Amino acid sequence: MKIMEGSHAVAEAVKACRPHVISAYPITPQTHIVEEISRMVADGELACEYIRVESEHSAMSVCVGASATGARTYTATTSQGMALMHEVLFNAAGLRLPIVMTAVNRALSAPINIWDDQQDAISQRDTGWIQLHAEDSQEASDMIIQAYRIAEDHDVLLPVMIGMDGFILTHVYEPVELCPQEKVDEFLPLYEPTQYLTPKNPLTFGPIVDPSMYMEFRYMIHEAMGRAKKKIMNVASEFRDKFGRYYGGLIDTYEAEDAEVLILAMGSVIGTIKDAIDELRADGKKVGLVKVRCYRPFPAEAILEAAKDAKAIAVLDKNISLGHEGALYTDVKSVLYNKGPLALGFILGLGGRDITKSTIENIVAKAQKAIESGRVEEESEFVDLDQEVL
Amino acid sequence: MKLSIGAVTEPGSTRINKTGSWRTFKPIIDVEACVGCGMCSMFCPEGVVYEVEDKYTIDYDYCKGCGVCAHECPSGAIEMVIEEK
Repeated sequence: MKIMEGSHAVAEAVKACRPHVISAYPITPQTHIVEEISRMVADGELACEYIRVESEHSAMSVCVGASATGARTYTATTSQGMALMHEVLFNAAGLRLPIVMTAVNRALSAPINIWDDQQDAISQRDTGWIQLHAEDSQEASDMIIQAYRIAEDHDVLLPVMIGMDGFILTHVYEPVELCPQEKVDEFLPLYEPTQYLTPKNPLTFGPIVDPSMYMEFRYMIHEAMGRAKKKIMNVASEFRDKFGRYYGGLIDTYEAEDAEVLILAMGSVIGTIKDAIDELRADGKKVGLVKVRCYRPFPAEAILEAAKDAKAIAVLDKNISLGHEGALYTDVKSVLYNKGPLALGFILGLGGRDITKSTIENIVAKAQKAIESGRVEEESEFVDLDQEVL
Repeated sequence: MKLSIGAVTEPGSTRINKTGSWRTFKPIIDVEACVGCGMCSMFCPEGVVYEVEDKYTIDYDYCKGCGVCAHECPSGAIEMVIEEK
């Protein structure tokens, strides 16, 4: 166990996975991850090609090209950089390349804001990337090793992004246990591509596909997403057997079994929610948590199973689909439609606004009020808005 | 044919994509009026107009019907006719 910065814990996990090619462009608050990795390469600690580029669009394009040759690749970005990668993200998924990326979470401009929310990753929802979200530095680090196992599985072959809240996790120093190299080597064998670019056997990656076949390729990605669900759960279990740490499969729960009010969220806010739940439970309130580890593929069955006996579920979104509501809230409602508890949506923590225990307690109080009245008065609301400046 | 993962194919697979189906107008060469100058072949953006025994012929599998050949033909020997489908 070492006390280290979250970004460095991620860099150490990347190193242990022995990637062949890394390409990245520095952007706050992702910088410390790629800075540390480039130091490792420069100091000879990590034997890999570190390709410096002029933009995130090029960083992801390098990963696509390198991955097509059968290389294990890694990159990291955040916010505007993730947005700049957007079109290449579709290509990485469509070409079925198992690239792994740390998606450090940060708000998007304008107005410019470098602090944490999850709008950047949520806005890449439909690119075909598997999207995981980490609760703490340890999980963000361990998820790297899990992600390669998931991505490179021949039944999956999809890229994986790991959401990691900017600053809250990237810049925090906390105790982290690093995975020993020999155990990582046992857990994560070399990537064996099913098809790859080589001058000895030329192939075409990225041909035009006309209306007679395009839909079938989209269907194949969708099916692979479905198969990934089981793989993500299995890899989490195997990781527990090998390294002794477990964070749940597609979701995790906390005090959820007899809970009347469930809070559903993802990312670093989970820790705050758990602390709030401990205090609420001490007061005799039946409150529990559903932590979404995997946002895409969406764990519909697992959420329904966890929520079916609750009376209300409060969904916390550190994002907003402007003009509608939080993205998680929409997804959760679609899962619970006609068969679940009352669902309330809360938009909070945008642009780094702190989410405190009292915020969580207020949300639980609103959920309890909805249970008493039997109806949800305001489906989706902003939390802790400063009305005085509006 | 079973589809490959990620649409990875053997080289030259673009030939499978018969772009002639995109055509609305079809260029028809009047062989009698053709003087064999080759302007149609030189200007064709798809490279699908070929010389055959001093005259020219069009590969309709890939001709998209843009009409450049008809526009450039100094003899007016190429007519664009609506494609019947």
